[in-house]
Amino acid sequence: MTILAFDWGLVIEKLILIAVVVFGSLGIALYTTFGERKVAAILQDRPGPNRAGPFGLLQPLADGIKLIMKEEIIPTAANKWLFILGPALAMTASLMTCAVIPWGSDIELFGRKIALQIADINIGILYVFAVVSMGVYGIMIGGWASNNKFSLMSSLRAASQAISYELAMGLALIALLMTTESLSLKTIVEQQIQGNWWNIVYQPLGFLLFFIAALAECNRTPFDLPEAENELNFGYHQEYSSMKLGFYLFAEYINMIMSSAIMASMYFGGYDLPFFDESTVAPNIAAMIGVGTLLIKIVLFVFLFMWIRWTIPRFRYDQLMNLGWKTMIPMALFNLLITGALILANL
Amino acid sequence: MQPLTNKAQAVSRDPMTFWERLYLINIIKGMLITFSHMFKKQPTTRYPEEKRAFSPVFRGLHVLNRDEEGRERCTACGLCAVACPAEAITMEAAEREVGEEHLYREEKYAAKYEINMLRCIFCGLCEEACPKDAIYLSETFAPANYTRKGFIYGKPDLLIPNPMTEASDLALARGVEA
Amino acid sequence: MSTVDVLFYLLSAFAIVSATMVLISKNPIHSVLWLILVFFAISGHYILLNAQFLAIVNIIVYAGAIMVLFLFVIMLMNIKKDAEPQKQLLVKLTGVIAGGSLLTLLIAVVKQTAQIQDKQVLLKEGTIGLIHPLGKALFTDYVIPFEISSILFLSAMVGAVIIGKK
Repeated sequence: MTILAFDWGLVIEKLILIAVVVFGSLGIALYTTFGERKVAAILQDRPGPNRAGPFGLLQPLADGIKLIMKEEIIPTAANKWLFILGPALAMTASLMTCAVIPWGSDIELFGRKIALQIADINIGILYVFAVVSMGVYGIMIGGWASNNKFSLMSSLRAASQAISYELAMGLALIALLMTTESLSLKTIVEQQIQGNWWNIVYQPLGFLLFFIAALAECNRTPFDLPEAENELNFGYHQEYSSMKLGFYLFAEYINMIMSSAIMASMYFGGYDLPFFDESTVAPNIAAMIGVGTLLIKIVLFVFLFMWIRWTIPRFRYDQLMNLGWKTMIPMALFNLLITGALILANL
Repeated sequence: MQPLTNKAQAVSRDPMTFWERLYLINIIKGMLITFSHMFKKQPTTRYPEEKRAFSPVFRGLHVLNRDEEGRERCTACGLCAVACPAEAITMEAAEREVGEEHLYREEKYAAKYEINMLRCIFCGLCEEACPKDAIYLSETFAPANYTRKGFIYGKPDLLIPNPMTEASDLALARGVEA
Repeated sequence: MSTVDVLFYLLSAFAIVSATMVLISKNPIHSVLWLILVFFAISGHYILLNAQFLAIVNIIVYAGAIMVLFLFVIMLMNIKKDAEPQKQLLVKLTGVIAGGSLLTLLIAVVKQTAQIQDKQVLLKEGTIGLIHPLGKALFTDYVIPFEISSILFLSAMVGAVIIGKK
């Protein structure tokens, strides 16, 4: 039986890791919705949700139960299968990103060396790009299948916005790849641990462009035009109810978490705790410290996302496109040229 | 026109400079403003635990008054109903029988007295119109209800507790109101 | 039969079924979605051939960008069933004959090609599809065509930006 001749230990190890990462990020996403409301509240001098449980900590559970218990409505004019497929795709695409994120250094358990990364493929960043470009299908299909003109408009907006900002994102990344000379996220993180500086020092403009593009890709304010409440009545998820709506909302938060993890890994040293020598402690403890550090970095980035949302008003659509095509892409090309020149000059 | 405050600023129509066109500085300024709000005092009143005191002139739910001996003061003259701009008050008068002197102060009394709280605009004109000091607006508001019928308050809902027989209830009601 | 063979047959069946569905779906949106699945199946084949870079670029470019534009156009066209032109029998017949001839031609060419006869697909082997050898090949052996095509792309992009600025 050559079919079943796997390293079964590896399979089990990866399955456990996938389960932990997927359910972990779902749980974190649940609490990110709570965090969003709390951050919004404290930035606006309000207490925020504080009724369900101590400090309102059970609020996400209440919200989840409410979403599940609500009536599932599929409009009669909607395309039934695609209507269901939309939120499923959005959720899948946002969860798939977590496969290439290195969550920490290797740990040793039962005599096995276990990498805290689901797949260390040599095209990690390109994989992230592929998954991000898939994410727009969830919105497009959902918007079209709803058979509602506002949903359709919003899905068209989402698609053109995603395509435009993917370009700037890619160009900003190429400059980073020129300095790291690797597409594997694990290698990039290790380089930053061994080198003196994090990549943000070498690529400040690249990071800024990447961050703005990430805001646009996650459909976060100031680029939340696909779900603009006041002109599109909530956009692509207008016809959705119950957990299908919940999937769309969760997908947005998971996207936020994943893009924070990627930004932390690529520009801020990933699981590297600064001014701390990991080799002085046992490898398992070092890995746990690494995971904690990465989580803290993710939380800081998510807070930044929310802070921006509750500060900056939404762009107009032409402003969005102008920024994407006429400012960000030329700046990314400029950044590319500068990086290339500096590498040539051996700086 | 003479400016009332010295805060007026002329709008600048100059073309934006490079740094202004970047918007980044202004975005960071805005974000610092929102960030500073994290450390400001929250003006929220946490309602069921904390209640905001009503002002002494607050016009809330009506009460029908009794005199010191616990007799209803209302004589069903209908002046409040006439005064009411929202036509929320209806009443039916009845004559006091012999032996009911301890219940009703005057020879005529209101057998039925209803205020529709959905119509009432809490203007207080009934209070002003009443010649017998029988109706007052208290310092609470009408609680929510499931039916429209529930908002039509009859005499049992409106009358204050009898100071002779239910003195403790009256004290309690006063205490809650105060 | 190894795991890779099983995967190969599964992916092939998946690709063929999806490709058939592209043709027989009445709804053009469904056709586009099935076509995306075909691209995924083909990317799976690339991975089996150890060409990860090609696999992922196939997804990014075809499934991620071009098919989004397809969907875009079809969603904006507002195709209705009754608005579709009625095809005449003659047109249908011509189509069948043309398509049939193309199929015969392709089969004949594949059957007669000596290079691929009696040869198995190299699964899980070869490094040309990996990013390092591919980059080396592009920037040493094929540097001039590569640079020319990249300039072509860049000029197209600059042209688009200039048109947008007007």
